[in-house]
Amino acid sequence: MAKKKNTEEPAAQKPAGGLFTYAPAPESPAAAGDIAASYGHFIGGEFVDSSGSEALKTVNPATEQVLAEFARGTEEDVDRAVAAARKAFADWSALPGSERAKYLFRIARIIQERSRELAVLESIDNGKPIRETRDVDLPLVAAHFFYYAGWADKLDHAGFGPNPKPLGVAGQVIPWNFPLLMLAWKIAPALATGNTVVLKPAETTPLTALRFAEICRQAGLPKGVVNIVTGDGRTGAALTAHPDVNKVAFTGSTPVGRAIAKQVAGTRKKLSLELGGKAANIVFDDAPIDQAVEGIVNGIFFNQGHVCCAGSRLLVQESVQDELLAALKHRMGTLRVGDPLDKNTDIGAINSAEQLARITALAEAGEAEGAERWSPACELPGAGFWFRPTVFTGVSQAHRIAQEEIFGPVLSVLTFRTPAEAVEKANNTPYGLSAGIWTEKGSRILWMANRLRAGVVWANTFNKFDPTSPFGGYKESGYGREGGRHGLEAYLDV
Amino acid sequence: MSTLAANAQGVAGSGLADVAASEASLRRFLHGLPGVDQVGLEARAATLGTRSIKTTAKAYAIDLAISMIDLTTLEGADTVGKVRALCAKGRNPDPTDPGTPRVAAICVYPDMVATAKEALRGTDIQVASVATAFPAGRVALPVKLADTADAVAAGADEIDMVIDRGAFLSGRYLDVFNEIVAVKEACRRPDGSAAHLKVIFETGELQTYDNVRRVSWLAMLAGADFIKTSTGKVAVNATPPVTLLMLEAVRDFRAATGVQVGVKPAGGIRTTKDAMKYLVMVNETLGDDWLTPHWFRFGASSLLNDLLMQRQKLTTGRYSGPDYVTVD
Repeated sequence: MAKKKNTEEPAAQKPAGGLFTYAPAPESPAAAGDIAASYGHFIGGEFVDSSGSEALKTVNPATEQVLAEFARGTEEDVDRAVAAARKAFADWSALPGSERAKYLFRIARIIQERSRELAVLESIDNGKPIRETRDVDLPLVAAHFFYYAGWADKLDHAGFGPNPKPLGVAGQVIPWNFPLLMLAWKIAPALATGNTVVLKPAETTPLTALRFAEICRQAGLPKGVVNIVTGDGRTGAALTAHPDVNKVAFTGSTPVGRAIAKQVAGTRKKLSLELGGKAANIVFDDAPIDQAVEGIVNGIFFNQGHVCCAGSRLLVQESVQDELLAALKHRMGTLRVGDPLDKNTDIGAINSAEQLARITALAEAGEAEGAERWSPACELPGAGFWFRPTVFTGVSQAHRIAQEEIFGPVLSVLTFRTPAEAVEKANNTPYGLSAGIWTEKGSRILWMANRLRAGVVWANTFNKFDPTSPFGGYKESGYGREGGRHGLEAYLDV
Repeated sequence: MSTLAANAQGVAGSGLADVAASEASLRRFLHGLPGVDQVGLEARAATLGTRSIKTTAKAYAIDLAISMIDLTTLEGADTVGKVRALCAKGRNPDPTDPGTPRVAAICVYPDMVATAKEALRGTDIQVASVATAFPAGRVALPVKLADTADAVAAGADEIDMVIDRGAFLSGRYLDVFNEIVAVKEACRRPDGSAAHLKVIFETGELQTYDNVRRVSWLAMLAGADFIKTSTGKVAVNATPPVTLLMLEAVRDFRAATGVQVGVKPAGGIRTTKDAMKYLVMVNETLGDDWLTPHWFRFGASSLLNDLLMQRQKLTTGRYSGPDYVTVD
């Protein structure tokens, strides 16, 4: 297989202006290790070519340079992968939990050891800043494997009765916003409970999943326990439709989730869906303002807003609106947009041209509908896909930007007068994935949390993740939980 | 118009003039300030600490940090010789490179002010003196005022006073306020000018972040020119979150009153890496207006030599070692 070094130029760093300008502090792209010119699938413990000839390309969204080609998985490829997983299931599920745990602990440790390589590779393939992959994604990925490794030999005590059984072969389809983290959320609990998996990474971000396949080999994981089939939506559909798959787990958009639910309906497959969101971040007048501003920024600009639980609707009490928005805009002026591999970059590249077009269209709709648009002045690099952090004020519930998931660095600001109105507005969405509450009053946090129809409610923080905490949605944000003890249930026959 | 008068006017114009009219109104105001979420504040300070400052940015920051140092000796064992040596170091921090910036000030006890003043003649290096029965401050007000007046008379350009932490913790905010006002008055010189007043909170004793925000506003309302974290004499001195909170306070105070106040973290800042983190906080919280020795200082003694070693490394490309900077 031909190898090529990754030698692209970093995109221009936004000039900070002022006296103290940070010089470029680029992480080396070479740290990502060798990226092959083309990839096949990982099936039965081997890297194999696709049965088809169609190849897709993955590009660096910060430069638009093609990083590698990868196979578009065919139905035949999926069939081979499911067969390999089925074959491996008997032995894997028969292993004592303590033995399965050893493999998971080993994988977690290898991820830690190779975290720099994985962080750089993720940043290159996804466009997210290295600061985030290094400080958030990779630590969480390792933590997830460590956490579920701990459960593998304690399933009798997980609250599902004695000796709960695995389901069999899990078909898992994951999105591009947290490629490796979503892989960890899917694979770690599945393996801990004794299932085998076929995972399809997103079509714009397959590289870290393929690198994870190497880690499975390095860890000596039995062949066929983890299979990776790359491809696009057709590949994903073939996987979720496959008759020998016992469990379907999907994270992605609500329309696709709905299609999968229809497809799976009437079969014996167990299904968990983690879909879109339009979370309300609710700021009361007694909130710790400086930290609330940080929470708002972290809620919507973290990962370029490509977060299903992003706090994309800011609900602010009218009495503090001016003060809060002034502080928020000041803070947004310090956000550094640019080269994802620069260690000082806060906001990286939008993942794809397609996503950029969608964000742009929705932002234009916001303006057309009469909301007021504001972005800090910041230079954007010439090549690549970029979008300035943007805030819309004067937004009302009827506007599209208050209803539809934008999945980009765009915040819609609405106001409320009373706690009851805040709850009403926050719940007035087809989604229900997450919500945030900012107030110094503990009793109000509890009152609100009991009334908010959202799977996760953060209090005086936002976008905090931990493997011990279950995550999942209400309504059109999906069903089933990932993480924590609850996350085991999705992979057990209970 | 003197800055003193201008500052008083700014506070008056902002509608905050009668905040200290009574114990009750002062308490209401201070307790009405937005709360501080500990987890969020510490997380923000930690994130800013991950900024990567390299090459030209590092060179700028090192020189800026050197120029912001209040080079300090506050020991019972201080002698004239020791203070003179420190002054010589402040004037010429790196004898191998005359391009090295001078420090901002030499900080000493009141009885060493005259010595320092003499040793610094002909430079623009300030002499800062701690006063008001530093570090505990546990004496009667007249003694504190005499201590201050004595240092000012000896030529101190800046006075670093300590607040009455006991009074603050027992909720007697107005006593703390009035004491600062009185010390500020004692900073006046016969010619009508005044020594710059830095107010030390000893945040390690005030403990909570809410207290730090309240005391910051209290001191600024009372006329502090600078607010300073610590004496360097207790277990917990300057920390990044406490300093960040104080930077936010001076930012908000200027927005409310138009009056700009300086910030001085002191104690425990020993390495170039630490100093960089503080400068990043200043840069991203306050910006250019505070990136000068006039508005931001480091209270430190051992920090200078680490900055000098890093500076030499940048200039020569080699690490030297502690024997290639002077120990004073």
